[in-house]
Amino acid sequence: MKKNALIIFLSILIFAAPGYSAEKNTELMMATTTSTDNTGLLDYLMPEFTKDSGIKIFWTAVGTGKALKMGENCDVDVLLVHAPGAEKVFIEKGFGTKRKEIMYNDFIIVGDKSDPAGIKGLSSKQALKKIMDSKSVFVSRGDNSGTHKKELLLWKDASETIPEKQNWYIQAGQGMLATLNMAAEKKGYALTDRGTFIKYMDQKKDSLSLGIAVEGSDNLKNQYSVIIVDPKNCSNAKFDYALKFQEWMCSKKAQEMIKNFRLLGKPLFIPNASQ
Amino acid sequence: MEFLTQGFSEAFKILFTGDPEAFSAVYATIIVSSFSVLCSAVAGFPLGFILGFYNFRGKKTLRLVSDTLLSLPTVFVGLVVYALITSRGPLGGFNLLFTLKGIGIGQFILSFPIIVSLSASAVESGEESLALTLKSLGAEKLNFFLSYLWEIRHGLLTAFLTAYGRILTEVGVSMMVGGNIKWKTRTVTTAIALETGKGYFETGIALGCILLFIALFVNVSLVFLRKR
Repeated sequence: MKKNALIIFLSILIFAAPGYSAEKNTELMMATTTSTDNTGLLDYLMPEFTKDSGIKIFWTAVGTGKALKMGENCDVDVLLVHAPGAEKVFIEKGFGTKRKEIMYNDFIIVGDKSDPAGIKGLSSKQALKKIMDSKSVFVSRGDNSGTHKKELLLWKDASETIPEKQNWYIQAGQGMLATLNMAAEKKGYALTDRGTFIKYMDQKKDSLSLGIAVEGSDNLKNQYSVIIVDPKNCSNAKFDYALKFQEWMCSKKAQEMIKNFRLLGKPLFIPNASQ
Repeated sequence: MEFLTQGFSEAFKILFTGDPEAFSAVYATIIVSSFSVLCSAVAGFPLGFILGFYNFRGKKTLRLVSDTLLSLPTVFVGLVVYALITSRGPLGGFNLLFTLKGIGIGQFILSFPIIVSLSASAVESGEESLALTLKSLGAEKLNFFLSYLWEIRHGLLTAFLTAYGRILTEVGVSMMVGGNIKWKTRTVTTAIALETGKGYFETGIALGCILLFIALFVNVSLVFLRKR
């Protein structure tokens, strides 16, 4: 009796809930990483995409780990992510198809301008080793995001052990900008994508205490790709729309727009889609 | 520090200029939270009354369950609802993920035990002496029932407002189930989380203030039920 009542109320809740009974059919759902959203790139690009294609796109900005999981669970139709290793596994498992590289920026190690560990100008490998040896504060994303995954690879490369439970190694579990704020507060270092750091510089203006310590090594490239959720795994995935989105992102127009997306006169992402 | 004061002034700026992004979040919050709490009230008050007024087998167990559920972690509820309504879940066919309806389900689960437990307590608090007084005045059954409710209205109101406050301010369900999608499922609390993540602390503070304004508005509009 009580159970019945509960079911009735739940159904009322489901069917009578007001607002946004979205027409799911003209909508494309994307999971993406915090960096594309936090920098404002999507707010700048997506209205243009909708204008050109007539497709409404909505996105949820989460870490790459969660984004891939949402693709696996068929909750989204398309992904814009940046963790090539994890992406490969995702496609091999049959969850995604048609990976296309869209743009890149690079990772940099930033730190307090006083450079307590003395790593300025070193390679990422030497720099991380020095941070570890001198036990200088390092703030990690710690959230299984693309940046976090990259950081773990770099630690492995530098010392074979990934720091854990060390007083100097702080695992924030937060987004990139929040992590940068923590690094600044703690006068420590962090790995970040360049786009987010430019955004951070733009925000802090005169109160900026972080500076770039390590940049430019080959292993620091940060590649963003669009992956379509495989309709073989998810019959409800909107493959056609997702494909249109991918084609649009690779188009001359979108690539030009990405190139022109600047903050403080600096480009945040460099387009590199093969047409 | 200065972002605190900046936040306060930004809150007024948002309210008076009618910033469409913020208002979309405010609208989503009010719609989904009000709807959830009303559903909880409709289902929860009768159950709370039965639980508080009558004696029956299993009453204590039921009460224990309800009281325990007061501590439901919001992110946990978010995950459970997600598991149910993801495309692969048992309710996947209803397309509830990334919708306000989905958030509503989670918020119902959060607020229901609050209404039940707190209204049961309110009913119990009024019980014996009140029942006796009213009976000795010779009140008829329906009259008795209504006067009884009127006497304990303060406790019932507290139950309602506590439940409303809990879901108005929760972020776990809204983030996990709603996905913080701009113009769609972004609520005030997920917007605060986002702005904080973006480093715009003053906007976070401003949105927090707006949430408080909403709470104030709800409280003021129910003030007629308070004890004089």
